[in-house]
Formats: sequence, C-alpha cells, structure tokens
Amino acid sequence: MSENMIHLTINHMPVEVPAGTRIIEAAHSIGIDIPHLCYHPDQSIKAHCRMCMVEVTGQRKLLAACSTLVWEGMEVITDSKRVYDAQVGVLDLILADHHQDCLACARNNNCDLQNLCRRFNRLKPDLPDVSSKERPRLDNPSIVRDPTKCVKCGRCVKVCTEVQGIGALSFTGRSAACKVTTAFDLPMNETDCVLCGQCTLVCPVGALTEVDHTSHVRHALHDPTKHVVVQVAPSVRVALGDDFGMEPGALVTGKMVTALKMIGFEKVFDTNFSADLTIMEEGSELLDRIKNGGCLPMITSCSPGWVNFMEKHHPEMIPHLSTAKSPQGMFGAVLKTYYAQRMGWDPKDIVSVSVMPCTAKKFEATRPELGRNGYQDVDVVLTTRELAKLIRYEGLDLKRLPESEFDAPLGTGSGAGAIFGNTGGVMEAALRTAYELYTGKELPRLEFEAVRGEVGGIREATIDLGGTSLKVAVANGLKNAEEVIRRVESGEADYLFIEIMACPGGCIGGGGQPIGTNNAKRQARIKALYALDKSLPLRKSHENPDIKTIYEEFFDHPLSHKAHELLHTTYAARPKRYDFTPYLHGTQK
Amino acid sequence: MKPFVQKLDELTPEMVALVDRVVEEHQNDPTQLVGILLDIQDGVERHYIPEPVAYYLSQRLSIRVTQIYDVVTFYSMLYDKPRAKYTLEVCNSAPCRVKDSDTLVETLKRLLNLEVGEVTYDGRFCIEKVPCFGACDVSPAVRVNGAVYGHLDSEERVLDMLRQLD
Repeated sequence: MSENMIHLTINHMPVEVPAGTRIIEAAHSIGIDIPHLCYHPDQSIKAHCRMCMVEVTGQRKLLAACSTLVWEGMEVITDSKRVYDAQVGVLDLILADHHQDCLACARNNNCDLQNLCRRFNRLKPDLPDVSSKERPRLDNPSIVRDPTKCVKCGRCVKVCTEVQGIGALSFTGRSAACKVTTAFDLPMNETDCVLCGQCTLVCPVGALTEVDHTSHVRHALHDPTKHVVVQVAPSVRVALGDDFGMEPGALVTGKMVTALKMIGFEKVFDTNFSADLTIMEEGSELLDRIKNGGCLPMITSCSPGWVNFMEKHHPEMIPHLSTAKSPQGMFGAVLKTYYAQRMGWDPKDIVSVSVMPCTAKKFEATRPELGRNGYQDVDVVLTTRELAKLIRYEGLDLKRLPESEFDAPLGTGSGAGAIFGNTGGVMEAALRTAYELYTGKELPRLEFEAVRGEVGGIREATIDLGGTSLKVAVANGLKNAEEVIRRVESGEADYLFIEIMACPGGCIGGGGQPIGTNNAKRQARIKALYALDKSLPLRKSHENPDIKTIYEEFFDHPLSHKAHELLHTTYAARPKRYDFTPYLHGTQK
Repeated sequence: MKPFVQKLDELTPEMVALVDRVVEEHQNDPTQLVGILLDIQDGVERHYIPEPVAYYLSQRLSIRVTQIYDVVTFYSMLYDKPRAKYTLEVCNSAPCRVKDSDTLVETLKRLLNLEVGEVTYDGRFCIEKVPCFGACDVSPAVRVNGAVYGHLDSEERVLDMLRQLD
C-alpha cells in the first residue's frame, strides 16, 4: 500500500484516496454526490457557493467539501440534520436571488440549481424574491447573458481567464451588488470576448446560454417554397449522444442523420465533405506559400473563436492566417453555387442550416464576407445543444432510431475530414494531403502520432516531407494559442504550419456542445473520432471522389480563380474600443 | 460659467499625462492598483475612473481591463461614474455633532438648494455625511477633496468657504 494514501470515513464508510484529494472528490469516488454549484472538475477551487458544506468530526464549523483536503483519520458526515439545514439554507438564499423563470429558461430540465431543488424537495421558494430585474443581454449573435439567473459561482470567470486567457467576464461590485459582467458592463462583442462559448458550457444555470435559433429552423421547415438543407460538423456525431444519456464519445452518425431527415430537412449533408475541400485549399495554400515565399508560418483558420481572437487581439498576425474559409463557410458557398446550379434551385430559396459544436460559428455566419448577391452562405447555425432540442421537439428517441446515410454528393467525407473535430486533426489531415501532393509519392503511414494529443497544451513536431522538413505546432485553448503566438513573434520558434483551435480539445470540446462536457468526455470524443477515421476506407481528403468531381466540374484546381472567389476569405483588424497609439510612444509597450 | 465636463468619452492628452505620472510614481507596479486608482481619481476633475482611462491604464500595466473594473466597483472609495467636482464631506461623528454640525449641514443644504447625496445640476457640489476625519479641534468642519475647512459655525464662514472653491 502506498504511503501517500489517506484513510478516512465518509458517513461511516471507509475510503482510501491519494493525499491531496478533496472531500468532494473522495465522496464522489464512493458514489456520494455532495451538492455543489461552483465546483467543476476541470477548474481550480473557488469555494464560492457554499452548497457543499459538510460536517467533519472535531471541527467546530462546517467545512466546504470542494476546498478541504482530506487528512488521515478524517470523519466526514454529509447527511446530518445540521448539514442538511445549512445546505437547504444556502439553496433557499440562492433561490431568493435567482429569477425563477424555469419554464421559459433555456436550461430547464438541464440545470444544476433545478436539480438541487428537486433533490432537496424545494418545490416552492420559502423566501421572498429579491432577484435583480435586469433584462437579458442579447447583444451579439452567439451568447445571451441573463444576469437575473446568475448564481455567482464564478465558473465562467475561471474558464474565460484561466483556460482561454481572455478575461472578458469578471466579478464586479461587492456584497449584494456583486455580479458577473464585462468591464464597464459593455456588450460582449465590444469587449475582449471572442464568443467561443466556453462560459455557456460551464454555467450551472441559465445565466449564459447560446442564442436560440431553433424557431428560425422550424419556421423555415414549414415554408413550402424553401429548400432547407443542413450540414453537420464532424464533432457533433461524437457528442450528441451525451444529451440522450449515451456513453461519452458514442458515435451516432447514422441515427443523427435519420433524426435530421425526420425533422424535415430536404437534404442532410456532411461538413466532413467541406473539411476535405478545406484541406485541398489550405494544403495547396501552404505548399504555395512555401514554394513562393508567402507569409509563414501559416496558421489554420477553421476555428471562428480563434479568427475572432486574431482580429481582436493580434491584428498584426492576420497575414499568417490561411485565407481558406472554414469548412462551414466553404460548404455554404458550395451549396448556394455549385449545388444550387446542379439542382436548378434559386440560391434565394435555399435555407442553409448548419449544426456546429460552436457558438462563434453563429457569429461567423453573419460575416458579410461569407455571402454574395445579398444572401449569406449559411443562414442559420444551430449548436449541438439546439439540435438535441429540435430532436426532442419532434419527440424522437435518438437511441432507438434506425441508421441512415448522408445524402450525395456533398455527404461523402474522408477520415481526414472527420478528425477536423479534434485538436491536431486539421494538422494531420493537411499533412496527409500535403505530403502526397508535395512528394507525389504515397504516404507510408497515415497516422501522425506526434501531432495527436491531450486536451490543453502545445505540441511541436518536425515532419519529413520527402527530404524537406516541416516544423509544425498544434495548440488548443486560447491561452495556449497566445503562447504559440508569443513564440512566433519572439522568433523563438520557426514553425512553418500551425493549427489552432480555440476550445480545449478542439471542436469536440466546443462551446456549443452538450452541457456537462468536461475534459474526460473530451478525451472520449477524441478517441471516438480517431477510431472513426481508422474505420473508414477513405482517409485522405484528395482521394475523396466527390472532391475530385467538384474540382473537375466546377473549381478546376485548388487555388483557381473560382476557388479564390468562393472558398477563400479576408480578415480585418477589429476596431479597438479606444485607440491609444498616438499616446503610446515612449512607454514600455 | 465655464463649460463643465460631464463624462469623458475620449482619452485626452491631460488624462494620458496624469495616468503616466501616477503609474511612474508607483513604479509601474500593477500590484499597487488600488493606490494608482485613488491617485488617478484625485486628479480627474469629477473624481472617478473614466472608461477610456481604465482602458489606457490596463495597457500601461499590462493587466486586463476587467480586473480594473472589478477593483473600481469593489471599493466604495473608487467610482466608475462621475461625481461632483467638490464633494462637501461633513463629519457626523459625536464631537462634530456636539459642536452642531447638524446646523452646518442645514446651512449647506439651504445655500446650495441640495439634499444630502445629491449633485448640483452643474456637477459642482455634493453634500455627504462621513465619519470622523480627525478635524475635531476645528469642528464643525468640512473636508473637500482632502482639504479641511474648520470653524464653520456661521453662514458667513460657510459662504466664504464655498467662494474659495471656485
């Protein structure tokens, strides 16, 4: 038996855990769920909410189980009357300051606070309502803030500051006036926020949610003059099952396609197809930049949170971004030109819907660059959560649905397209294609283990492209992205190609994924996408027959004039709230 | 009457100079944020931290503007909204009350046509009741932007004091 194991009892049950474990984790290991709101397994300890107070024999006061480390011989009681009274007291106070609008709330039936009320049988509030009467803040296309629902747990502040390194949200005020908001209470889009939506993923209640667009889709589906077409991002198929009680990482592609068809979408297509298209364009762009002395390192541009980050925080680095549109953008453009032509549809009659793991995609779809002739390439973006909502609206039980296939021809995706959904995937997919395009030889081994990896962190690798070595870097989470930028700007690293995804783990951990997404689930989803890649006969983007066809019939070749017009985009520095450049001479910055 | 700054929407060279000076005095040390903010607030005509100043300060100290806003809203002595140019602080602790500071408050209210806590229409004056600031020897007294005016026991003396304030 290891020396640093600690022995304690919880409700008289003996437990053995490693030193450094906290009471709440020790209890969890034997199946006791100590009530909590601010505690989150992937975050540092906050001890704000006080829901997790427990009794420890010999201690005069109740202790917070989330912040107290276990010690040898500790006796913890989590179910005494004293503990119960304290927890219910805290719950009642939180409820009194919470706008109890459950039926109209986006998080109804999926809310940590509501679950606690159910658990403690608090059916009706005992205390008068003292919640603030602010209006919900709907000031950007991605995220709604409802301060009246906020329980001040601080999870969003932590994720924004510690994981993403942005710090757009913060606690302000003190005591009763304390609230979570942006600096000077500005609309989120006017702050440092990049709309990645990680805050909506960790919020225990309905204070931070995605902007709901399900009604737009239902409205369009009921309009007989419209062709409503949907594309589904690679990472949705390994996350959607979560919302229906399936194993983390469960692959539900076939059932999801059936559900989308039953919801009424005329065509159900796969974003993996346009991910392959992205690889063709982005891979060719990389080789072109290397051959013709373009701006290097080239950085991927698939992640809209990351693109927002560049435009807001590092406009000087914009020339490094690949001009290739994201798979969502490319799909929309292909749908409303090539496919519309093929089907004889007027692009104005097409409602292009996409299901994305992402809140920033909602913003991306509104970019004027991603559209032409007065229409947008993507009309409505749904998050994975909203798709689950639509499926429930139809009364479908995802688990029991039969499987079906994506529609042709925009429904064929390679394994390379599938792994777009996780960190390192875009890099690996690009390398598979770049190697073969560059050397003209077949790749001996498809797996690039060096760029695969865990949630968080930065990975570097040197890839041999038939004699030419290609130094690459992969990062996920914006705090890591900032570090990569620092290395590039300081000249410390001489990468040629960088993949960055704004969210931890990549899209599979995106801000639009099912509530409850944590790093353990992210890991399971990454595994599932690699397994999916391995199981597919088609694993290289340039071998996708539909990609070959679209180049033969429409685009001619990668980086052609037409490809540039439809598949590439531009970026612009976002105006700063205040421009201090005239004043910054002679200071340390 | 000279025009009065209501709210600062743009950073001015004067504000930049003020922030630069205060930050230098605090050795560019972000851990001295509270002191820096108090000093900046003293130098701003309406004694608050204007939004552009907070943004500029965040760049100077390489900290997040949310952190500055968090600190400004946390402490009651820091303000994120404009206050009066001259806040007349009247002590309401026992020694001053004994020396009839209540009459002083009434006189100020009558002369300025103002209730406690309100700001005059031109943003110049405000009356506040505060705890002892250590001027019991010259009470009843008023403190304005750190300067103490004592022996304000007649209307003439109060008027005299107000005239000194611009």
